[in-house]
Amino acid sequence: MSLITPVIRPGTVARINPVAKMLAAILVALALLLSIDWVSAAVALALEAVLLPFAGLSARQFWLRTATLWVAAPLAALTTVLYGKDSGALLTRFGPITITDGSLDLGLAIGLRILAIGLPGIVLFATTDPTDLADGLGQVLRLPARFVLGGLAGLRLVGLFIEDWRFLALARRARGVGDSNPITRIARQGFSLLVLSVRRGSKLATAMEAKGFGSDRQRTWARASVFGVREWRFMALAVAIPAAAIVAAVLAGTWKFVLS
Amino acid sequence: MPSLRKGTTVHSTIAAPKTAVRRTYRWRVVDIVVASVIGVASGVIFWAWGLAWTPLSGLLAFAPGLGGLLAGGWLFAGVLGGLIIRKPGAAVYTEIIAAVVSMLIGTQWGFSTLIWGFVEGLGAELVFAAFLYANWRLGVALLAGAGAGVAVGILDTSFTDYAALDFGVKAVYFVSAVVSGVVIAGLLSWLAARGLARSGALSRFASGRTAAPRV
Amino acid sequence: MTAENETTGGARIIARGWGWRHASRRAPAVHGLDLRIEPGERVLLLGRSGAGKSTLIQALAGVLGGDEEGDATGELLIDGHAPQSARGEAGLVLQDPDSQVVLARVGDDVAFACENLGVPREEIWRRVPAALAEVGLDLPLDHPTAQLSGGQKQRLALAGVVAMRPRLLLLDEPTANLDPAGVVDVRDAVAGTLQRSGATLVVIEHRVSVWLDVVDRVIVLDPDGGLLADGRPREVLQTAGASLAAAGVWVPGFPPARPVRRPRVAGEPLLAASGLAVGRTEFGRRRPTVVSSGIDLELAAGESLAIVGENGAGKSTLALTLAGLLAPAGGSLEALPALARGLGSQPYRWRSRQLLTRAGMVFQDPEHQFLAGTVRAELEVGPRALGDGLGRADTVRVDELLERLHLDHLANANPFTLSGGEKRRLSVATALATRPQVLLLDEPTFGQDALTWQELVALLAELVDDGTALVSVTHDRDYVETIADRSLVLHGLSFEGRVIV
Repeated sequence: MSLITPVIRPGTVARINPVAKMLAAILVALALLLSIDWVSAAVALALEAVLLPFAGLSARQFWLRTATLWVAAPLAALTTVLYGKDSGALLTRFGPITITDGSLDLGLAIGLRILAIGLPGIVLFATTDPTDLADGLGQVLRLPARFVLGGLAGLRLVGLFIEDWRFLALARRARGVGDSNPITRIARQGFSLLVLSVRRGSKLATAMEAKGFGSDRQRTWARASVFGVREWRFMALAVAIPAAAIVAAVLAGTWKFVLS
Repeated sequence: MPSLRKGTTVHSTIAAPKTAVRRTYRWRVVDIVVASVIGVASGVIFWAWGLAWTPLSGLLAFAPGLGGLLAGGWLFAGVLGGLIIRKPGAAVYTEIIAAVVSMLIGTQWGFSTLIWGFVEGLGAELVFAAFLYANWRLGVALLAGAGAGVAVGILDTSFTDYAALDFGVKAVYFVSAVVSGVVIAGLLSWLAARGLARSGALSRFASGRTAAPRV
Repeated sequence: MTAENETTGGARIIARGWGWRHASRRAPAVHGLDLRIEPGERVLLLGRSGAGKSTLIQALAGVLGGDEEGDATGELLIDGHAPQSARGEAGLVLQDPDSQVVLARVGDDVAFACENLGVPREEIWRRVPAALAEVGLDLPLDHPTAQLSGGQKQRLALAGVVAMRPRLLLLDEPTANLDPAGVVDVRDAVAGTLQRSGATLVVIEHRVSVWLDVVDRVIVLDPDGGLLADGRPREVLQTAGASLAAAGVWVPGFPPARPVRRPRVAGEPLLAASGLAVGRTEFGRRRPTVVSSGIDLELAAGESLAIVGENGAGKSTLALTLAGLLAPAGGSLEALPALARGLGSQPYRWRSRQLLTRAGMVFQDPEHQFLAGTVRAELEVGPRALGDGLGRADTVRVDELLERLHLDHLANANPFTLSGGEKRRLSVATALATRPQVLLLDEPTFGQDALTWQELVALLAELVDDGTALVSVTHDRDYVETIADRSLVLHGLSFEGRVIV
């Protein structure tokens, strides 16, 4: 199927409340964003690597979805090594490029950080059904139902987007303008898609209102979203990983708070 | 009073008194759904832009600060949402939805995309708020784009790998992010909103009634 | 709580001098409406386009929008209170199947309305299977809604409404975009629901014969305000039948005029398919999924071929393949010298520009094909793409098409703002602008009122008589009888391609 739909396999992690998964990913990201150093990133990454296989994502799906990360991390690391802030012993110099001990450390840190922050996010969301997430946001976090479900309805239209895109491409070929250069073609096609989608969104809004949505009446939820023991245990894990990473970094002396 | 139906619990709803003011700040369902649609569409574009970012920023690697010119590609959702919905919170909401979608599909920035999205949306939102949500002309759109650019400039130069670079580079990045915000997020969004209004897709919105009414 | 009497009774509708003006229009859509509908009555709402039928139905559903979107005059009451204050008391089913599906799973979508009404969870999951059974949708609760056909989606929308236990059922052209089997399914599901619940029904539909046995009252709206006719179906159709037919309604007994055809002269063969298999390539796959195979056909100039078959048999895919837009999944499709005119024999390999004068395709949804900001610019897209800019001959051709298809007064309007019939005519006109030798149409008469149908059929008959080859994918029996010389019946993967003369 497409990259946008989740792949739900009956694994342990799949049954955990999506809100817990979301909060876990936020926690990890926040903690790792506080410092740019390779120890915290490496520890977090190692711990995640142990846990991710239990997420229920097949190997093929995993590599396919995280492919961008595996390309981006080394590139970003390289950029930092070549152009990053320099400190420590100088290793080489080549015009504007300077490689020092410090920039090597930084490069490694950046690369590992990208992986440590990105992987859990992608994996956790690849195993989350959007409707379940909406249920969780509405029932557990008590966010306003109008926004949560309105957002979900708009999100659902994404699947239809892809079908529309192919049709639009065929229609352009039929009208004689399918040969023009890709950039203008994509821009114009993208705009047609936007128009069609807004029109469809307006009609969907009418249908939802006709079903009683959007009034001040107290609504019930057909699917219960539970935040129980399993979720709290998961949250404990989600706190433990960044905590371990930060502690390790502090102990190793490499912890550098970004805002200092 | 609605009569009791057998077997159901009936909650009687008291109609809220109609306000005399024509402009209302409460979000209708159509506002929420269309803002979400724009957010989702933008999110797909964000994801594609994120894919293209790696090679493109590699091209600009000879002058690292210029990477900021690419930042606008992630800023237009908020401005576009604000211009179309014209209600408080539209810019933030649309930008957050776009960030969530691009994250769901998979970007290298993982969850920080959401945080970035929120702050970028806030940058545009503050500009719209400064004009009391009453002025939606080109100038304001450009300023909102600039506001989002400022937001992303601050974020990127403090918390990402750019924080590890020299101050000079960071300054170049900041300025180019603002420029990118003005052009891509401000100008392009304004044009897109106008194109949408012309096609009649915005007939339920105030933004769709700029043209003279048809007989 | 089980096996209770599900009669909810009907709602009483009263309108006194009611009117509504959309904020973006100068003239009101409806004004001076006086109406009284008793509980349990079943009403068919008719009127020419622009008479305000959809506006009235949306107002009854309470979704017309508040002060932001327009002004109301007079009074409109359901059971004595305004429609907005009791949203969810009236169930609304609209025309477009795709724009009414809210959630990704069948059970969740049906439960959505109940959730909004504050129905307790156990009760919701009792109502959902009952509603699905009532509309004849025999699917598991976690079946993906994206995989439903048009008719199934409309029945899903109806199930969601039925689960609400509404006292008022409002249907706005619910069967317009459905094939004949889907039309009957939806109509029967509605009839069953009304029988069980005793709710009031107000339905808008072009095709009167579909609902004639279900309704007991017909109301005709007057675009100039008020009502044109109001009474029992037979009487109204007798007195106002002729004027309704003139306004485009499909009145039984007043069929649209059929064009006179000239005797057929065999032209040069243009396309030949032998053992052709058609299919689409899914996103991310390498090989196409074949939907129909073993197709043999020959098409010559001046011939009209109709492709018929059940849903999912691959008719649209075949049309797209013949038009050179999709690659054949197997077998061979050959463009003969009279069509290829110097190019290769594979239409799929031709460039987009080369297709313009050889094969024109009109999609089922006209909106997919709109590229420009005005109707005139839309017609000019084709000639411009042929290269060398826009010559005098091209401008003449565009003006000629505008006039022929009654679009001249709309030349500067944005294509998306046109009505359904006008959009359909425009999409046909854009394909004709470059005079293709073969014209392919996907469901050209879907959702068309009688007038548009008549004009379209007349235009196509003229084209065929002048030598264009015509291929139509259609469910419409009248259309096939009028226009088609031959029919090709597709049966999906177990293909029997009989060509019926």
